[in-house]
Amino acid sequence: MSDPMRIRAQTQGGGAVVRVLMSHEMETGLRKDAAGKTIPAWHITEVSAALNGKTVLTAQWGTAIAKNPFTEFVVKGAKAGDKISVSWVDNHGDRRTDEATVA
Amino acid sequence: MTRHALGVMLAAALLVPAVAPAQTSADGIAQYRALLADGNPAELWEAKGELLWKQKRGPKNASLEACDLGKGAGVVKGAFVELPRYFADTKRVQDLESRLLSCMAQAQGFNAAEIAATSFGRGEQVNLEALVAYVAAESRGMKFNLSQAHPEERKMFEAGKRIFYFRGGPYDFSCASCHGEAGKRIRLQDLPDLTKNPGDGVGFAAWPAYRVSSGELWGMQRRLNDCYRQQRFPFPGYASDATIALGTFMGVQGQGAVSIAPSIKR
Repeated sequence: MSDPMRIRAQTQGGGAVVRVLMSHEMETGLRKDAAGKTIPAWHITEVSAALNGKTVLTAQWGTAIAKNPFTEFVVKGAKAGDKISVSWVDNHGDRRTDEATVA
Repeated sequence: MTRHALGVMLAAALLVPAVAPAQTSADGIAQYRALLADGNPAELWEAKGELLWKQKRGPKNASLEACDLGKGAGVVKGAFVELPRYFADTKRVQDLESRLLSCMAQAQGFNAAEIAATSFGRGEQVNLEALVAYVAAESRGMKFNLSQAHPEERKMFEAGKRIFYFRGGPYDFSCASCHGEAGKRIRLQDLPDLTKNPGDGVGFAAWPAYRVSSGELWGMQRRLNDCYRQQRFPFPGYASDATIALGTFMGVQGQGAVSIAPSIKR
């Protein structure tokens, strides 16, 4: 079971700045454990964000993204009270969606 | 254009560079930390810790909301900046980690000795780290205000001072060998001078912290454990009196400094 994301969305200019902190191991599949066995890859593969249900961003992620990733983007036209939702899917097929209100 | 005017323009151009370059490696690291601080993953531990604080867990299926961190049962705000302190119920001076252990044992029925013997980052230690992050975060921006009213608290300060200056081990190191004067560093990490108040958000006021290099949250107990590893001393016991004494010493030395914990470290 994945831990919740932390999403902050703040109006700025004609839009909103969204800051997202995700909780994920982001294993590359290149590391070995103490016994010398390869730790299997486990990372986010797809990220998407939606403004009031309409997709505004999609991204494909891989092993080069750090553990507990932080991402920031600007959504044009977002107003205070709008709903921003962010989702990710990882290579295990696990998915998580969290929502925040633009302040 | 006169020579003088040109000189003024040149000087102005030199004074306002488009991007401030890092002056020294220490400035570079400070810049890097400032960039990271906006998305400090310690927040994830804080959120998890808050859930754990309120969640009914353990053999007794109880939450920690009845836990007294020194400001009354269930009061979290402002508790961190007054620890370590003397607790009448356990009859000892306790830091945050040892107090949380006591609460987990008393309220929730966990085996405190077993958790203390667990390696960092395993089992209940993971939950303890999250709780530490949550409690510390509730006092962010507050000033350290440790009590030295009880004789046991003064005794702990004296003991901590002696441990801090005690030299030993294969390297003949003490804490003061690295933390005894300003401007020392290990590789590129500046070391705070802990023989006096190092100031706001430095030293004792910066831990617990998220370590970017390991992607883990370290409490003061783990910080001290690693300091002792670097000194090639035997590892101190988790939440042992020696570590609490050092915490008391650093906390009292840093009296009045603003806590920024949980902070972010390389």
